[in-house]
Amino acid sequence: MLRAMVGIGILCALMIVLTFQGTLPIIKEKKAEALEKAIFKVLPGIEKTEIFQLGESNNFAPVNGEGEEGRVVYAGYDENGRFVGVAVEASGQGYADILRILYGYDPEKQAVVGFYVLESKETPGLGDKIEKDAGFLSNFEALDVTLKEDQSGLRNAVVPVKSGTKEQPWEVDCITGATISSRAIGNIIGASTERWVPLLHKNKGTFAKQEGEN
Amino acid sequence: MADQIKNKTGFLATLQENPSTDEFIKGLWRDNPVFVQVLGMCPVLAVTNSAVNALAMGGATFFVLMASSLLVSMVRKWVPKAVRISTFIVIIATFVTVADMLLAAWVPDVHKELGAFISLIVVNCLILGRQEAFASRNPIKPALMDAAGMGLGFTFALFLLGASREVLGNGTFFGIDLFGPQFEPWVVMILPPGGFLMLGMILLFFNWMQAKKQARRAAAEGVA
Repeated sequence: MLRAMVGIGILCALMIVLTFQGTLPIIKEKKAEALEKAIFKVLPGIEKTEIFQLGESNNFAPVNGEGEEGRVVYAGYDENGRFVGVAVEASGQGYADILRILYGYDPEKQAVVGFYVLESKETPGLGDKIEKDAGFLSNFEALDVTLKEDQSGLRNAVVPVKSGTKEQPWEVDCITGATISSRAIGNIIGASTERWVPLLHKNKGTFAKQEGEN
Repeated sequence: MADQIKNKTGFLATLQENPSTDEFIKGLWRDNPVFVQVLGMCPVLAVTNSAVNALAMGGATFFVLMASSLLVSMVRKWVPKAVRISTFIVIIATFVTVADMLLAAWVPDVHKELGAFISLIVVNCLILGRQEAFASRNPIKPALMDAAGMGLGFTFALFLLGASREVLGNGTFFGIDLFGPQFEPWVVMILPPGGFLMLGMILLFFNWMQAKKQARRAAAEGVA
């Protein structure tokens, strides 16, 4: 019994590893393409994007190629080369698995202006409403992330609230029937904006200058 | 009329003389997993809102069914009875993972659309059912024929459902607009209730055909 089970276990493991190795470069490439498309969705009206990486001294510098995961953001420029905003990737625990999302930050409006789910395994018909529910998505057309006077952090952190109780522009109205998933999105954006928005706002000059040089 | 029926049964009879062809035909038509056995209803109802999704799901299930049947049939003599179900599940889960990665690499849009349903092929009772009832008791060739028949039958059923729902509910076929801007799509058909409605209608049609065939056969026997 042992020999049969161990043998089949090893065989199966081998098959999974081989496929994983074989498909990894292709999946990576396709993911990068999908990310590119998503950037255009979360920053309305842009024509061109540029990748920036966060340096050690909290400065941003343009990078060629991929950059280091978790330290890159994507700046978007409109047809006249004017700086529009920054797309930031964020992730966190959803109901079924890690959720990967992308949101767009507009430093002029001091608001999140777009949101897109890059990867989710949420329950079909329930949790996956976070991708389709029009009411939920309208949360992210102008989600307030204004900074404090001294620019050290957000004046009001983004928080998820129970469905239908949204009163403030920094609250995320959740979905009934997809409570855990939509709450997760609110929390992911909350944590991510807390970290990124002060940095992005401080460095908005860097992003704006970049297009002038091109 | 009676002659025609005799010819038809004659043709079927020759097919049935060749056992492996029979294994193939039974899944495709006579014991179709969806229309006759009514198995694997979760993906059948959930992902058949467009022809492309239906085909991708059918293709993935076909691949998993073929590969698992091959492996299960190959190792059937070494797997002890006591652990056979868990062995089948490990094998099925392996091929589902492989299919998942391949779909993500080749057709990322479809992969995103199907989402969790790809991983859920593991628990499709059609696949485990074929391993337990057929592949684990038969040599490789009939096991593969059986899997191919069932897999294609499942794909065919999914495609029929997906295509008709897409045409009625969205006015398109494989994303190509069929009726122009005047067409008011019957939106409920691509929503979950539409799956039940369409499946019900198709099952009705199949049962009606079955009943008619039986009546004709009874009549022919009466004549003879």
